[in-house]
Amino acid sequence: MTHPSDTGPAPVLALRDVSKSFGAVRALRDVSLELFPGEVHALAGENGAGKSTLIKTLAGVHRPDAGQVLLDGEPTVFHGPADARDAGIAVIYQEPTLFPDLSIAENIYMGRQPKRALGRIDHKATYAATLELMRRLGVGLDPGRPARGLSIADQQIVEIAKALSFDARVLVMDEPTAALTGSEVARLFGVVRTLRDQGAAVLFISHRLEEIFEICRRVTTLRDGAFVSSEPLAGMTEDDLVRRMVGRDLAELYPKQEVEAGAVALSVRRLTREGVFTDVSFEVRRGEIVGLAGLVGAGRTEVARAVFGIDRWDAGEVEVDGKALTNGAPSTAMAAGLALVPEDRRAQGLVMDMSIERNIGLTGLRTTVKAGLMDRGAERSRSLDWAVKLQVKYARIADTVSTLSGGNQQKVVLAKWLATGPKVLIVDEPTRGIDVGTKAEVHRLLSQLAADGVAVLMISSDLPEILGMADRVLVMHEGRVTAAIPRADATEETVMAAATGRAAA
Amino acid sequence: MTVTATDPTPVSEAPKSSGTRLVDRVLRMRELAILAVFLVMIVITQLGNSEFLSEQGIKDLLLNATILVIVATGQSLVVMTRNVDLSVGSTLGISAFATGTYLQGGGNPLVAVLLAVLTGVGFGLLNGLLVSLGQVPALVVTLGTLYIIRGIDSIWVGSRQITAADLPGGFVGFGSGGVSAVPWLALIALAVLVATAYYLEHFGGGRELYALGSDPEAARLAGIPVRKRILAVYTFCGALAGLAGALYLARFGNVDSGTGNGYELTVVSAVVVGGVVFTGGSGSVYGAALGALLLTSVNSVLPALGVSSVWVLAINGVLLILAIAVDRIVALRVARTLEKLKKRSARRG
Repeated sequence: MTHPSDTGPAPVLALRDVSKSFGAVRALRDVSLELFPGEVHALAGENGAGKSTLIKTLAGVHRPDAGQVLLDGEPTVFHGPADARDAGIAVIYQEPTLFPDLSIAENIYMGRQPKRALGRIDHKATYAATLELMRRLGVGLDPGRPARGLSIADQQIVEIAKALSFDARVLVMDEPTAALTGSEVARLFGVVRTLRDQGAAVLFISHRLEEIFEICRRVTTLRDGAFVSSEPLAGMTEDDLVRRMVGRDLAELYPKQEVEAGAVALSVRRLTREGVFTDVSFEVRRGEIVGLAGLVGAGRTEVARAVFGIDRWDAGEVEVDGKALTNGAPSTAMAAGLALVPEDRRAQGLVMDMSIERNIGLTGLRTTVKAGLMDRGAERSRSLDWAVKLQVKYARIADTVSTLSGGNQQKVVLAKWLATGPKVLIVDEPTRGIDVGTKAEVHRLLSQLAADGVAVLMISSDLPEILGMADRVLVMHEGRVTAAIPRADATEETVMAAATGRAAA
Repeated sequence: MTVTATDPTPVSEAPKSSGTRLVDRVLRMRELAILAVFLVMIVITQLGNSEFLSEQGIKDLLLNATILVIVATGQSLVVMTRNVDLSVGSTLGISAFATGTYLQGGGNPLVAVLLAVLTGVGFGLLNGLLVSLGQVPALVVTLGTLYIIRGIDSIWVGSRQITAADLPGGFVGFGSGGVSAVPWLALIALAVLVATAYYLEHFGGGRELYALGSDPEAARLAGIPVRKRILAVYTFCGALAGLAGALYLARFGNVDSGTGNGYELTVVSAVVVGGVVFTGGSGSVYGAALGALLLTSVNSVLPALGVSSVWVLAINGVLLILAIAVDRIVALRVARTLEKLKKRSARRG
């Protein structure tokens, strides 16, 4: 395959030798990128490689310190997001940027509503236009419904509809698939392909390499803010791509150790929370990693929350090492040796404005106390110890957690809970939104924990991760466990069949 | 770019417009609920005291509510953007005195009102600049300007006082006059209210205020001029506080350095009782106006029923907490219903 610029059209949007610094941090150094119409272009790199900064430069949020943004070959300066939008650039961010209180129609047309006489908004026309967009996208969302409560997949559809509504020529998608299920990804890709075929230039970011290979034609790789390469994907292997991103060969992504399972550590019997999950029973033994698979909304996170005592259960029982846990009491769960690493690390796992040291120290508040007072020295050494064990990358341990990249934040959450020396560890989407390098490290860590005799329950929507790491796979569908599949029999087909409620083959 | 054929697997085939109707119903319900409480209170009082709804009685109810409705209208716009303006009481006081001083010297009443509004605009601009440029929490900034404006007022006014006798008769007459039971002042408040509500509903700038309060970061990314809007909202709120100052003078004819002291808390109560949520992005000025009407009516209802007016504050407090409790319960219910809708549609998909 030749480089498109040799034969095809000129790039719609390009960056030439762009640099951007925030204080002492050089987020982008001499990065170039060319986006062509009718092509899906991948942007690859580990967390902290500068992908987000690059996107915000395209979106007009950041202005480059050096270098140029070229629109149709002409140097351009975007003074704000509105400029970029007017130039036909639509950006779909990782964190959805909808207004929860406003209707879908208003979200799509905010700032550009169709007008009647005297500059009044034409609400009817806005509604009708949105309905038309939904029809074109083949979805049945009601334009008048508020954005609050929409699933991530539907929020993205709204964002895409917004892009459609101003005839975007460039669509930038920052990890759109991170929180989607298989069928939702398929729907999204259908929409992206259609847009591409109609001449849009798409910049696609994903940590799932198979998705990059599925939908993209070329890839630009960044590492530590610097440009690595920009080349066609044809002929490349996943290993090639990972090598460019990481700068070294990556040890196996799923380093699962074979461990002889020991005594039952966690036993859940007939657990029911009305309207959420029903009759859930399973056991996790010491040394075992049990994968909990299912579609988003199947009730997996809810079971984990109930087991840990965050939510109450209506019937059933939970035992750790043969001792029954009290309903709705996280402190007794913790005392019994249970740890839960939650799905949403920003909202539930970390205090973003507190230091790394203190975040890790939070779970040890009872053990690092001397005569009723905090022993700061003990807290620091305990935190340092775990931060080093997990190879968290930070400048100073007193820095706030919000300064870390996503992968490193996840390591801090893990450190916080591992510091309690748990017998049973529940991890909910442990590698969502983190890069391959850190992902492999997290997997190695989980495997090592199991080998040390910890019972691990791993909730994940990443099927390869489940298949690669779990000794047994439990599958939930609509609040019930529909299958328990041993490692040898677990395949994408068997797990998906159970997750979608079809009878297992 | 036209998309016609895409993957026909709608994951969320939501039942048509059930979500919309739900939310509309809830919002309207919120305003209807205050109206219902208000009407029940009025009916009970009328049954207990047949003099209550005389022409003068109705006029008093409306007159009492007028000034609060105007200030609450401005305040609710500020609250919608996740901010607050605590300086409205001070602004009202200083504008009232400025108007009085001007009229005392034989000024034109129309110019006097304009002067009051401009005084308010000035302090509103100050607040807006501090909040939008300073990136300091509005609560702190406007607490500061509350004291600053009150301080300037005290230094300027000293122990002086303006009474009705110092003012042109027409001005004071206007303050208490009207068409039968409807005072002129109430008509002004109504005009302000309806115009503001219309702007919020039908103009881009109005909708952007909701967007801004709903998610400030998303608003920035959507290209909404966030600082400009916040500046405008504070200026508008200040202008209405100034206007309220002039109307206060017309109604009571009596102004000193303490005028409007502590009024900001009444205003904020009215706004919250009226369903404008402090976390921004929702509520309506009609709700805020109804909240103002409800709170001021308690003042008239208690004496009419022979209850000591010392109960007024306590009752206002109870109404405030009730309102917040209701909001919380409604929010939880809506969340649960939306969740159910989602589940149902997911199952169908």
